[in-house]
Amino acid sequence: MKIIVCVKQVPDTSGKVAVNPDGTLNRASMATITNPDDLNAVEAALTLKEQTGAEVVVVSMGPPPAEGMLREIMARGVDRAVLISGREFGGSDTYATSQIIAAAINKIGLDEDDVVFCGRQAIDGDTAQVGPQIAEKLGIPQVSYAAEITKEGKTLTIKRMLEDGYMTIKVNTPCLITCIKELNNPRYMSVGGIFECYEKPYEVLDYNALKDDPLIDPATIGLKGSPTNILTSFTPPQKGAGMMLEGADKATCEKLAGILAGKHLI
Amino acid sequence: MSTFNSADIAAFKGGVWVFCEQRQGTMMPTSFELISEGRKLADELDTKLYGILLGHNIEGIAKELGGYGADGVYVCDSPLLENYTTDGYTKVICDAIEEYKPEIMLIGATNIGRDLGPRCAARLHTGLCADCTHLDVDMGIYKDFLREASTLAPEKIDGLNTAMVLGEKHDVSRDLKMTRPAFGGHLMASIICPRFRPAMATVRPGVMKKAPFDQAKADACEIIKPNISLTEADMQTQVVEVVKAAKKLVDLIGADVVVSVGRGISKDVEGGIKLAEELAEVLGGVVGGSRATIDSGWLSADHQVGQTGKTVHPKIYVALGISGAIQHKAGMQDSECIIAVNKNETAPIFEIADYGICGDLFKVTPMLIEAIKAAKAAQ
Repeated sequence: MKIIVCVKQVPDTSGKVAVNPDGTLNRASMATITNPDDLNAVEAALTLKEQTGAEVVVVSMGPPPAEGMLREIMARGVDRAVLISGREFGGSDTYATSQIIAAAINKIGLDEDDVVFCGRQAIDGDTAQVGPQIAEKLGIPQVSYAAEITKEGKTLTIKRMLEDGYMTIKVNTPCLITCIKELNNPRYMSVGGIFECYEKPYEVLDYNALKDDPLIDPATIGLKGSPTNILTSFTPPQKGAGMMLEGADKATCEKLAGILAGKHLI
Repeated sequence: MSTFNSADIAAFKGGVWVFCEQRQGTMMPTSFELISEGRKLADELDTKLYGILLGHNIEGIAKELGGYGADGVYVCDSPLLENYTTDGYTKVICDAIEEYKPEIMLIGATNIGRDLGPRCAARLHTGLCADCTHLDVDMGIYKDFLREASTLAPEKIDGLNTAMVLGEKHDVSRDLKMTRPAFGGHLMASIICPRFRPAMATVRPGVMKKAPFDQAKADACEIIKPNISLTEADMQTQVVEVVKAAKKLVDLIGADVVVSVGRGISKDVEGGIKLAEELAEVLGGVVGGSRATIDSGWLSADHQVGQTGKTVHPKIYVALGISGAIQHKAGMQDSECIIAVNKNETAPIFEIADYGICGDLFKVTPMLIEAIKAAKAAQ
């Protein structure tokens, strides 16, 4: 059995974000992190590895410096890493990205009892689309928003969260699961893991390595293969600051209540 | 299937479609919002608007969609569609799209819509824009929106008539302009799907306004029943049970008043939440929270306001001890009246607050509750 985990390196949008004058993100000025939901996917894979003895392979698409992130993930206990990297892949939207990652998974090999884990969504795009689209391209079932996973034989039982409750879903391998933070608490790197991570197998798949897969066609990957285009990007205007009320006492509160009453808001 | 080609744009004359999500026979509120928004888009394209409704024994709730603007509803009824499954719903919807060829497909960005949308778009080979907060076709209306909602230079907005697509200038006047926040709300982007149809969007619940209900239009709504070819063998997952949350969830999106708490309540979490509840009660509202309060486990996830939570635009939004990270602002900045109480006078929340009080929320809130009670009693 093999478990494939898809992860993405993202700019840390929780901190200060710099925007270029042309409305694009100044990525150079921002720290990069492993996408938070993806760490829950890694943890789900490692938990399942402990139960089944499966091999865990982490896969990412991005520029060569993503190797650092992949080494760190191997230091958490993942067995090997694959980076999909090539300029032919640049500019891909979620459709094109899923074509490429699905081709890489085909190359790694998806067998009858294998499972693919993804995070629910990445904090840079917040689309939650790539996981389901990889599943469609691989022709395997998906279960998204997984908050609990148990496996018995070939069957996974998943608690799939809804806004107003949950569903319990059974699915057989091979399948793709997207993970949410309620699923688990990601472990840290271990000291031994940090030593070992540089010895573990690390492979880069470029365009030539994947080009024989029917999913890899210039018309379906990269900017040219992306069905969506960005028309424009922009920053919203700051809403004009309102009134700072003087003081923080009873009179201040009475003044505010008076204003709200005057505007018929209360 | 063999004749379907998502790149043959001229063939897509089937109007604007909205996936109308129901759960256990009850329409999700976002279905009415999307029908109302879809009506606007269909009028801009001079085409028809249809809902597509999947489930079992659900025909009875279809015509109501007409009251919000649908010309017709495709009702797909099967025992196999009683509960949502990715495979069942994707197959029935893709089959219908291949047969009737809508130009636009809107889906509510619920946990179900965001499972279904990408699977359908990947199968149909078309573009999907996630979690949109604004949609336009008409260029005049779109440019007016940009003039108000962006910091783009006026001449840049005036010149936005074409986009470079595969190295050629493409006229975007009939494309759906799908606008959404990115990078946690730091940036907004308008996305188009120029080369394929349908242009698909998932739309954030609570953002689009529901139109007034019109009974005559509901009565006139056409019901169409497409042929469904779905068997057990098409479904690779099995729904064992569907469980409703035991606790009643907070209705942030429908509330007129939201009183939210942030990290500022950390020194007395229970006391802080209790104050927020009391203030919400006198104002006739509900309690929300910033991401920090949900991540810390102080409030359950249904209370979260922000880019990764819910988007609200109540009449009154009160932020107690919330610094105003962009993540949070993305979910509440369109509120009619924003009141902020924060100890830190440089907190970013004051940049967007209509009324700010710099002070300790544990001292200010009780006084505010009394003052509002008094003001209401005096009316």
